[in-house]
Amino acid sequence: MNSAKELSKELTVTNELGVHARSAAQIAALARKARSGVWIVKNGETVDAASIIDILTLACGQGSRVTLKIQNPEDINVFNDIVSLFENGFGE
Amino acid sequence: MEKGRPPEIVLTGVAGSSGICIGKAYLVDKEGVDLVEKYAIDRKHLLAEVRRFQNAVKAARDELLSIIESAPEDLRRYTNILETHITMLQDKALYDRTIETIQKECVNAEWAFKKSVIEVKAMFQDITDAYLRQRAEDVVHVSDNVMRNLTGAKSVKIRDIEKRVILVAKDLSPAETSQIKLDRIKGFVTDRGGKSSHTSIIARALEIPAVLALANATRTIQNDDLIIVDGTAGIVIIHPSEQTLEEYKARSEAYRRYRNFIKKAGKLEAKTTDGILIPVMGNIELHGEAEGVKIYGGDGIGLYRTEFQYLSRTDFPTEQDLYENYKEVVSTMGPLPVTIRTLDINGDKAIAYNGNMVETNPALGLRAIRYCLKNPEVFSAQLRAILRASALGPVRILFPMISCLDEVIEAKKLLNQAKRSLEKQGIPYDPNMRIGAMIEVPSAVAIADILADHLDFFSIGTNDLIQYSLAIDRGNRDVAHLYNPLHPAILRMIKHTADVAIDKGIGIYMCGEMAGESLYAPILLGMGVGELSMNPTAIPLVKSAIRSLGFGQTNDFIREVLRKDRADAVAALVEERYGDLVEDKAYFK
Repeated sequence: MNSAKELSKELTVTNELGVHARSAAQIAALARKARSGVWIVKNGETVDAASIIDILTLACGQGSRVTLKIQNPEDINVFNDIVSLFENGFGE
Repeated sequence: MEKGRPPEIVLTGVAGSSGICIGKAYLVDKEGVDLVEKYAIDRKHLLAEVRRFQNAVKAARDELLSIIESAPEDLRRYTNILETHITMLQDKALYDRTIETIQKECVNAEWAFKKSVIEVKAMFQDITDAYLRQRAEDVVHVSDNVMRNLTGAKSVKIRDIEKRVILVAKDLSPAETSQIKLDRIKGFVTDRGGKSSHTSIIARALEIPAVLALANATRTIQNDDLIIVDGTAGIVIIHPSEQTLEEYKARSEAYRRYRNFIKKAGKLEAKTTDGILIPVMGNIELHGEAEGVKIYGGDGIGLYRTEFQYLSRTDFPTEQDLYENYKEVVSTMGPLPVTIRTLDINGDKAIAYNGNMVETNPALGLRAIRYCLKNPEVFSAQLRAILRASALGPVRILFPMISCLDEVIEAKKLLNQAKRSLEKQGIPYDPNMRIGAMIEVPSAVAIADILADHLDFFSIGTNDLIQYSLAIDRGNRDVAHLYNPLHPAILRMIKHTADVAIDKGIGIYMCGEMAGESLYAPILLGMGVGELSMNPTAIPLVKSAIRSLGFGQTNDFIREVLRKDRADAVAALVEERYGDLVEDKAYFK
């Protein structure tokens, strides 16, 4: 499965409520713009970042560490936007 | 680690209807998946079914958008969650998944959608973070919107349940309880309601155990959980242990034996030790219950509530429908009297096809006689049907919710018109059919002397009389405990009504729940109430209580009762003097 072109980055959930519905919706909205798959991995479990429900079920509370991955380097803008969402704590 | 069996949980509520049942729980609410019908979709129509689902989602989305748009300025910050819901609507776990299921399994959209929702909710259940776990609620809210659009918000179809189960619901509406099939439903458990709420009355009529006002039964009990309903003690046991199960099986058997004994006791007449005969009658709701009144030894029907024929259909029943129904009750009862109460709708029995009347306070609104006088064509059909039934046996007519003289005069005017029209058509009826009024509104008590001049009898309806006099909603669990028939105000009102009736020489009966409590029999007899009508199952007990009473003694007793200043003091006095009348309660404690 591991493609050489795959991009990934480890991120930390900093906001108090964790990745709840609204923040998950923000991630999903960005991920839907991607041409190929965008994935979030936590404790070995991989989910589709375009699905708000999938993200929610990962249960990313404050302090959890996740890995963001994209399949296709063309989606680098989406990748960067999601990274900054995490980094500024979903604007909360 | 070994998974033990789930711990036994005991919930305490209000004892709505006596008896014990053991069985599997069936949750009746919008989350009960079984309530969504599954049916096959022909391949030709799959595309249309998918489109139907897409339209339902779009409609849900549009609703949410319009809510967001129309939100007032200071609520704007709360609309974020609605935007999230819109995103969720289009989520593949719900949206794509449902379409996939419709196409792959050739099933209807509701079923496919429900399946996706359940899968999503299951994913949330494993989350340990409490806040995030609760986000499952968002999924439920979202799915409710879509499901409502799909189903057109159909009500629960209890009639379609095909298993032997115990119903667990937040609340059951009269229209729902009217669909209950005895061979399917073993008992009821509800979050809301109380001893006198409609659900309890129905459960007692059907002789199935019920526990109400449990607050959070629907959240604690899961579909298919093994539960014990002890409707005598008012408790529900979830996941009972082996020991508890054995104990309850034995108790249930003892209760059955007791019931059999009691049925035999119903056959004897209710004559006081000093020879006064008190007719003990049954209240019924469905025509089929007349048979039960006879089995329990009832001396007639003191209250036939006629609402169900109106509630169980989408249009109004015809005169002929009503007549056929009344005819069956009258012929079942043979020579015994049948008291037919005219339509008492609205209040807690809103009729679906009149659904555009939203009343903020239905108990004080357009109900019963008020509704009938405003809808004379509906009323006249019933009056004619009752008159026609009166040709077949002793029928009495009873007008509900009378609060002023004009209502009696107006109702009698319509009754006379119905008589004349029958005469013209040569259709027989009893010209001397007795006419009575329910005494259940405090103003009727106050003007009892005025009303008595126009009537043949009074029938005291204690349930509403207490509710209206004490300003207590008997369905509200926070105040339900204040609902007390022994409140000195209530006792004085009954005494006044009875005194007036006796003075004017008209009949004085009681058909409220109070009449069915054997412990209250000495009070009611002492006040001169001449006939008691109750839930049929209470007849044998009340009859045996009357047989052990001396009418003369109760007259003296009542003077003592009326000197008491609080309900508690009255209760203590009755208990002390006549507590042995209800030793049956100890029988299955």
